Amino acid sequence: MPRALWTHLVKDLRIEWRSLDAIISMLFFSGLVVVLFSIAFDPRGAFSQQIAGGVLCVATMFASVSALNQAWAREIRHQVLDAQRMAPAPGAELYLAKVLANFLFVTIVQVVLAPFFFVFYNLHIEGQAWLLALVLPLGTWALVANGIFFAALSIRSRNRELLLSLILFPIFIPALLAMVQATTAILTGESDPTLWIKMLLGYDIIFTTASLLLFDVVFHAE
Amino acid sequence: MKKISIGIYAAVTVGLMVWGFYQAIYVAPDEQTMHEVQRIFYYHVPSAMVAFLFFAISLAGSIGYLAFRRNRHDWAQAADAWALAGAEVGVVFCTVVLITGPLWGRRAWGIWWTWDARLTTTLVLWLIYVSYLLLRRFAAGPQVQTLAAVLGIFGALDVPIVYMSNRWWRTQHPAPVFGGGPDSGIKDPAMLAAFGWNVLAWLAWGLLILALRYQVERQQQKSAAREAQEALNG
Repeated sequence: MPRALWTHLVKDLRIEWRSLDAIISMLFFSGLVVVLFSIAFDPRGAFSQQIAGGVLCVATMFASVSALNQAWAREIRHQVLDAQRMAPAPGAELYLAKVLANFLFVTIVQVVLAPFFFVFYNLHIEGQAWLLALVLPLGTWALVANGIFFAALSIRSRNRELLLSLILFPIFIPALLAMVQATTAILTGESDPTLWIKMLLGYDIIFTTASLLLFDVVFHAE
Repeated sequence: MKKISIGIYAAVTVGLMVWGFYQAIYVAPDEQTMHEVQRIFYYHVPSAMVAFLFFAISLAGSIGYLAFRRNRHDWAQAADAWALAGAEVGVVFCTVVLITGPLWGRRAWGIWWTWDARLTTTLVLWLIYVSYLLLRRFAAGPQVQTLAAVLGIFGALDVPIVYMSNRWWRTQHPAPVFGGGPDSGIKDPAMLAAFGWNVLAWLAWGLLILALRYQVERQQQKSAAREAQEALNG
């Protein structure tokens, strides 16, 4: 593993381990979204099976924005961001380290949230459950890879926290559609999620490649 | 001389639009199944064509800016002005498409909106370019051009994926209301003429606005550069 990537990754994981800021705020927020949705839609029986996939994905999406906003904002203090910009290490490694760290945080939140989710929505999986272990990481990667990129893009603007959501969500729409369709297909067992999993994979490859190629341009924009 | 030619071009454009309006409302024959509401088609489709063309111009401007920003400063600035002008005027035309479409759909399909591939793609395209304009508004300073160019490229990457995903989505759940749209070939020559005149008129109008917006942006760039120079000389 490249050294710069490893250094950044270990640093981010250590900061998170000591403060738990991102994980706790995401966990509580996504839990709130799940509760609010179940109050708003009164999920019972087959209906809860139908909407559960969408609720899970949207809850993850909203919650992860809080962590994504923090990802670069915490580097502003003490001019760490400027130091990173001046360092001779390639920006792509820094980007990838941030993506990996935040991917891990969001995944932890999903794993902790899943049992509550199944209890609140009285879910039982009709399709192949193991496919969820493919769909959720792929969708989370799409969200985090784009989110970290756009967070870096919006970091130096006015009201950046709002701007991140405004530019991330439109771009994320096809991945959200694929994620929701695949999750619903697995939960209800009514259709085959293979096509949507392939689409998520394609989306991940295209946007991760584009982000890696263009990250230096954004990071060193002046 | 320049002003006179712009004036002549603007006058011809307005004449074309009046002629197009006359053709669409009075000359083109009544459509058999949809009747009068079908005439929205003469505004809806030309606007969509112009909007897509201008988004393509915006993408070309974004790529041009990133390509030239290091070594050809003046070209890069021009490319950025094209990118901004294309996105802004494109959003206006796309808004027209999104307003005229549901008006037509309410009468022709009986519903305002359906999450069909083309409708969804146009809506997402509109959302992406509005977010592009918001970024240009919120991000200050010289780096905004680079950031906007990158977002423009990302947005363009997204559009084919949105289109394909919605096609798969809808082929899995066939939409009964959609089928036999007005674009399954125009048979009547008078209809085709009305359509052609309106495409020409709206394209001429769009290009006029685009060119004016481009000029305004170039002037702003130059005055900003002049102010920065004066501050340096100070």
